[in-house]
Order: sequence, then C-alpha cells, then structure tokens
Amino acid sequence: MKKLPISQLNDLFSAISRLETLYLPTDAGFVPYSPETAMTRRVNTGRSPKDLFFPQVETLMGFRTRGQSIELLDRREETKPFVIFGVRACDCRSFDILDSVFLAPPEDTFYKNRRQAGVIVTLACNRPEETCFCSSFAIDPAEPAGDVSAWQTENTLYLRANTEKGEKLLAQLSLLQDADPEQIVPLQEQIRQSVMRLPIQELPLEQFGAAHMMERFSSEKWDELSQSCLGCGSCTYVCPTCQCYDIKEFTANGEIQRYRCWDSCMYSDFTQMSAGQPRPTQKERFRQRFLHKLCYHPANHGGEFSCVGCGRCLQKCPIHMNIVKVIRTLGEEDA
Amino acid sequence: MRHDPLIPDLAVVTEIRTDTPDVKTFRVAGLDGKKPFVHIPGQCAMLSVPGVGEALFSITSSPTEPDFLEFSIKKCGCVTAWLHEIQPGQQITLRGPYGNGFPVDTAFAGKDLLFIAGGIGLAPLRSVINYVRCYRQRYGTVDIVYGARSKEDLVDSEEILTRWSREPGINVHLTIDRPQPDWAGHVGFVPDYVKELGFDTGKTVVMCGPPVMIKFTLAGLLSLGFSKEQIYTTFELKMKCALGKCGRCNIGDKYVCKDGPVFRLDQMDTLPDEY
Repeated sequence: MKKLPISQLNDLFSAISRLETLYLPTDAGFVPYSPETAMTRRVNTGRSPKDLFFPQVETLMGFRTRGQSIELLDRREETKPFVIFGVRACDCRSFDILDSVFLAPPEDTFYKNRRQAGVIVTLACNRPEETCFCSSFAIDPAEPAGDVSAWQTENTLYLRANTEKGEKLLAQLSLLQDADPEQIVPLQEQIRQSVMRLPIQELPLEQFGAAHMMERFSSEKWDELSQSCLGCGSCTYVCPTCQCYDIKEFTANGEIQRYRCWDSCMYSDFTQMSAGQPRPTQKERFRQRFLHKLCYHPANHGGEFSCVGCGRCLQKCPIHMNIVKVIRTLGEEDA
Repeated sequence: MRHDPLIPDLAVVTEIRTDTPDVKTFRVAGLDGKKPFVHIPGQCAMLSVPGVGEALFSITSSPTEPDFLEFSIKKCGCVTAWLHEIQPGQQITLRGPYGNGFPVDTAFAGKDLLFIAGGIGLAPLRSVINYVRCYRQRYGTVDIVYGARSKEDLVDSEEILTRWSREPGINVHLTIDRPQPDWAGHVGFVPDYVKELGFDTGKTVVMCGPPVMIKFTLAGLLSLGFSKEQIYTTFELKMKCALGKCGRCNIGDKYVCKDGPVFRLDQMDTLPDEY
C-alpha cells in the first residue's frame, strides 16, 4: 500500500500525465488531464468510461475504389498507453462484462488493444448516491477492483496495486510513500454502512437469469412498463455495459471510411430489414433491452447480469423508467 | 492491413446469372482465382460494396464446388440493388463463413430428406441439395418441394429441371401460386402442396422460405405426423458483425449469426417467439 497527502494530488496527476495520457472523472465524463480539470464531486460521471475502450465512434478501415477495383486501407488509429483515474467499482465491473463480449472468440482487436493499453485506477465511493445499487450485483464499493485501487480519506490518498500493470505504474511515481493497509479499514467500514442505508435494496434478481427467460418474456407487464418509453436511447448511451454497435460508412476526399458506432436496441432501425421487422413496436425493443441484461446475457455468460447498478439510467431517463422498476415489477410477479 | 474479424478480404465477381426478374446468382472467387474459403452448407458470408454497405447472404453453392462460392441474391435493399447493377470483374469485399450450417454429415447422414423451399428460400437449401447429390450414397431418398409466385420466379429452374429431377432417387415437386398458360405443373401454395403430397413421416425435413410459408408448412407437417425434432430451418435477421457482438440478431439468448442460422424446430420452443 502506498499513500500521498491530498494536498499533492495535482502533483500525482501531473506526474502520471508525464508518463502517459491520464483521464480524470468530470461531471460529463472522463477527460484528459490538465491542471484546470475539475474532478466531479459526484459518485459517477455523466458518461461511463466505456468509451475509452469502446469509443462512441471509431474508424475500422478505409477503401478507395477505381473502376471495378477496390483498395483496402488500414486506417486504424495507434493505441497509446493511458491511465484512467477515479473509476468506480461499478464501472470497473462493467469492463469485465464488456470483455466477456468483445474478447470472446473471435476477439475484437480494436477493443483488445485499448484494454491492453489502459491502466485502471479505481476509487472507493465514500458517499454512494441514492441511485446506486451496485451491491445488488455483489459489487463492493469499498473494495473496488482495477489495476490499482485507491481510497481517499480527508487528508490522504491510499493506493494499492492489484496487477502487474498497476505495480509498474506505482513504481514510477516517486512521490508516493509506503502506507499501512490497516489505515483504510475505518473508511471501508463507513462505506459499507452507508451502502446498507441506500434506498435501493433487495432486488428480486432470483426471478431472472437463463432459467426464467421464457416466463419473463411472456409477462403481461411489458405493455405497462414500456408504455411511456420514448425510444430515445439515452439509457443505452449512458449505460456502462451496453455494447451493441452499428457499422456504417461515409465518403470524404475520395476515400470511403467504414466506422463503428454505438447503437441502441431501443431504436426501430436496429432490427429493421427490407424483409421485415422482428421487433415492430417500442414494447419489443424495451423488452429486448432489459431481458438482454437480465436473462440473455446471464444465459451466455455463466449467470452474470449485464448491469452493475451504477444508477445512470435512473438519473437520465426522461420518463423516469429504469431497470430497478423493471426488476421489481417483473420479479414480484412470482414472489 | 492489420487483422481483425471485422476486416474483410477482397474478392471478385466472376460470373453473374439472371435467375428471375429479381434474383441473380453471383459467382465469387478470391483475387488469386481460388475459392476464398471452405464452408458448410447453410453457412453465410458478409459481402460488401464499399460506399453502399455490408450485408449477410447465405452461400448457395455446395462446398464440393472446388473453385468458387455462389450467392443467389434477391433485389430488395441498397446493397442488393447495387449488386444487381454490377458486371463480371467487379471487386467486392468478403468475410466469413459464419454460422453453424446444416448437420449434413451427422444428423442428415443416412436419412431420407425432404426439402421444402419458397421463393429465394431455395438459396441456402441449394447448397445442401448439391452436397447431397455429390455424396448421393450417404443419404436416402430426396424429395424437393419448391414453390414460387410464378414460373419466372422459380430460382435456378434450369438446374432443377435438367439435372435434379432427372437423377434417380430425387423427386422434384414444383408449384406456382397462380395458373399460367405455359405452366403444366402444380398450382397452389407450398403448405397445401406438402399436405397434398403427404410424405412418409420418417423423413428429415429441411425448410426455408418466407415466415408465413414456414408457419403454415410446419402446421401441415405436424398434422401429417412429423415431429419438430425432424424439422430444420434457417433464419435471417439483421446483422452487422456476424460475430455475436453487435447485438441485434438474437432470438432470446441465441444469436442467429453464430448459434444459427440453422435451428431445429424443437429448439425454437425454448426461445421467445420474436423472429
């Protein structure tokens, strides 16, 4: 365990940023460090850190065509090492969920390169918010994972390396001093107690997972739950685990660029084919999003739900619909 | 070019055959003139036309064709409309093969096979049929029920009439939706024709066609005494990656691109009815 006086936090950031690009959490999202960067005072950033590994838009390749011929062009951007500081335990778990999709064979090398290049420094959540429910998914905000875990007390930042990458980073930071691991215990206890006082508790998740797929799919509650959904897709964009994407092209300066961008199962175009539409109304799209997280993903990934309880969708949905309401409404059918 | 499963290879369209007013069959080879990859009947590939888009098509040629892949493509969207305008020699991009394919060497081995296709639904079955013709001794009798809107809409009718129907042990039953002056064959919809023909229920059924045909044919087969464990079909849903990652072609927890496109009908009872 290492430590640093909070008064030297900016020195730490500037030391890291001299080594590699450093991203810090702001109200909007994770941004490259500058001495003026205002770190968010909230638990979670507006946008999740997923776009550092799975960018909202990224170029896959280019093409030039001439007559009947096509030239393929490598337009992949170089991946440079980077450090993300202040990732919360929930967002850190979301990387494991993204890994289970993108790193399953055949591996997505665009994602994999960024995963290898990024060092994740997590930060324990001293004051979980009322929209937080990570503990429902067995995530402990007092013991966040990552390459390095950090805890911030009133005067001190404690850092503990968990991986080789983390060790390497901390070894390069000479301003850190050795610390006694016991010193974070009171803070951890305080965090765990505040989690127990959060309003969202005891979600009936045992009613979901692969075994309950057909029952939950055929529930009559979907009409009522989806009735007000605007299909705006905000929930999918702020969600740290939503990973569906589209592949599109544009032409500029005589070159065709093929790019990948985030997509949303909440949109009709997501499944619209010239031959038909398997999800014709918002009800089917809404159901797809929640059952993907609560039944389909667990069926394919050892029972793991594709939600980390970050609460962003609770904060951002314009009609105040969210996964907690869905879990409670459907989960209580059989309770 | 650095490798990634989403990065395609170049290929060239060497021949184009006009099958019907809206279906053409494209013969595709690698730039080296060789077959781009080996596939299993029922598998698919991503074809793209840079600047227009990429789309998934079933491979209609049999894996036993040594030199090329073929794709029978109906003109119905942006990519397909563009393909229908090209001339031989046109380069395209290609990646694949994708999906599970039909169990031609396992569950189908030694079985009497009944193929049922409607319209462009013949495309994926043609790969199986020609594979079975090539290894004829490994299979029992073959019945093919194939229907289209009109005589002109029967895909590949020349190959069907001049080759398939003349081979011993292969029975071809063609039908069209409405009577036509130059048509002496059966008239009527595929589901009714299947019931009328009344097949031996020991056969293994391989079916592909529009959803309405599948639905009514399935009901007919079950009433004849077939069980869902004997019936296979292949699905098509919108896809972008074909790798089980882009997230749109799922039926419940199964991705059509990697867990399908071939499903046995009893499997569908364990999945949400959303396809």
